[in-house]
Amino acid sequence: MSQRMTRIHLFGLGGLLLIAVGTFLGLFVAPPERYMGEVARIMYVHLPSAWNGMLFYLFAFGFAIASIWQHKPKWDALTVGCIEVGVVLNFLLLLQGSIWARPTWGVWWDWDVRLTTSLIMLLLFAGVLALRSFVQDAHRRATWTAIATIVAFIDVPLVYFCVRWWRSLHQVQSTPETVSSFMVWPLRLNAIGLFLLTIWMVSQRARLEMIRHQQEQIDEPARMAPVGGLENV
Amino acid sequence: MARQAWAVVRKDLLLEWRGRSRIVSVLLFGVVTLLLFSFAIGPDSVILQAAAGGFLVLALLLSSTLGLSESFRLEQEQRAIEGLLLLPVDPVALYYGKCLSNTLFLMLLAPVLTPVALFFYNVELGPTGFLQLFGLWGLAAAGLSAPGTLYAAMTSRLQSQDVLLPLLLFPLVIPVLMGAVKSVTLVLTGDPMSQIQSWTLLLASFAIIYWSLCGLLFPHAIEEGS
Repeated sequence: MSQRMTRIHLFGLGGLLLIAVGTFLGLFVAPPERYMGEVARIMYVHLPSAWNGMLFYLFAFGFAIASIWQHKPKWDALTVGCIEVGVVLNFLLLLQGSIWARPTWGVWWDWDVRLTTSLIMLLLFAGVLALRSFVQDAHRRATWTAIATIVAFIDVPLVYFCVRWWRSLHQVQSTPETVSSFMVWPLRLNAIGLFLLTIWMVSQRARLEMIRHQQEQIDEPARMAPVGGLENV
Repeated sequence: MARQAWAVVRKDLLLEWRGRSRIVSVLLFGVVTLLLFSFAIGPDSVILQAAAGGFLVLALLLSSTLGLSESFRLEQEQRAIEGLLLLPVDPVALYYGKCLSNTLFLMLLAPVLTPVALFFYNVELGPTGFLQLFGLWGLAAAGLSAPGTLYAAMTSRLQSQDVLLPLLLFPLVIPVLMGAVKSVTLVLTGDPMSQIQSWTLLLASFAIIYWSLCGLLFPHAIEEGS
């Protein structure tokens, strides 16, 4: 195994370790929240999912620009890795939000600005993955994925503002100054842990995509061969 | 570039005028959609009047998607797009030409579907209201056409265009949908708080952002694979 691969696996292991410590602190050391009680402990996984989901969509946007600019397969592989992991985190964010909303707001779902924006974001980026799955040509697939990613990402602030005008119910953000340090540390550890774990996942997904790309390059001459040629062998 | 774009607009409008099949089928689809909405809600005229703005914009949006997906089908069927790309035409001019012809096509939907919606949902509107409504729909049509033309160009080369185009377009144009629904409803029911300007600004911002962005991206979308 190469030294680079070992380093990447260390990211995954380090991430898991930090999440384990952060979760332990969040469940057993941090005090219950003054108004919401025990149910507020979900924020130790909810907020890291939200932050990392947004961050990796941002990375996907950056890689998409690089992909259009340079047409290198590695940028496409990293774009798709970031989007797929971002979509999973986005889905988890909505799921955790619903679990938290039921005892707090009394409903599983509400048309609040951040919930609605998160749902639309999930649909936007899931659409990018759907488009990608229908394109056979590798060059075209990379370009169209990059285009759809850029178009979707630019839409997010517009969606946020229009839903905010529409209505809002969500909690106002807290700052570390207004929250007990017993609560801040599990949150930070989980956020950094999930960030490292996500880097590992993206790297593995990008590696898989690069292998797939190389395989397609090998298969391409066979696919382009005339009827009666290699197909009938 | 403007002359090339205008040539594309003229070509599309001429083809549309000679065929007229796309506009007729899309308009009929819009009328059927308006009818289905009223069946889904029931005969309660108070609820229908309150929801009239939303239903009208939804019918326009659904019809628009149908119109947009058809806009590149003709180019693909006769492989005309390849001929267009072989001509010394700037791809950006080609995009803006297609986008403008799509905007004009979508703008034509409102003068037909609005009276039908007012008739079905029992809403009264003066001539100023009509003009306001068409102006707002013009902005919404420009916003829909920009990403719609880009995505239609991409998905028209795929077998699953009918599924993919709405899948990509609907979440993207939610700001247009919200802006259009809110502003059209304010035109129909009155705007005592002068909120219409904010929603108009949102529609205009969306159109400006996506006309600029998609114009930059379109040449990459239609380039051939290496």
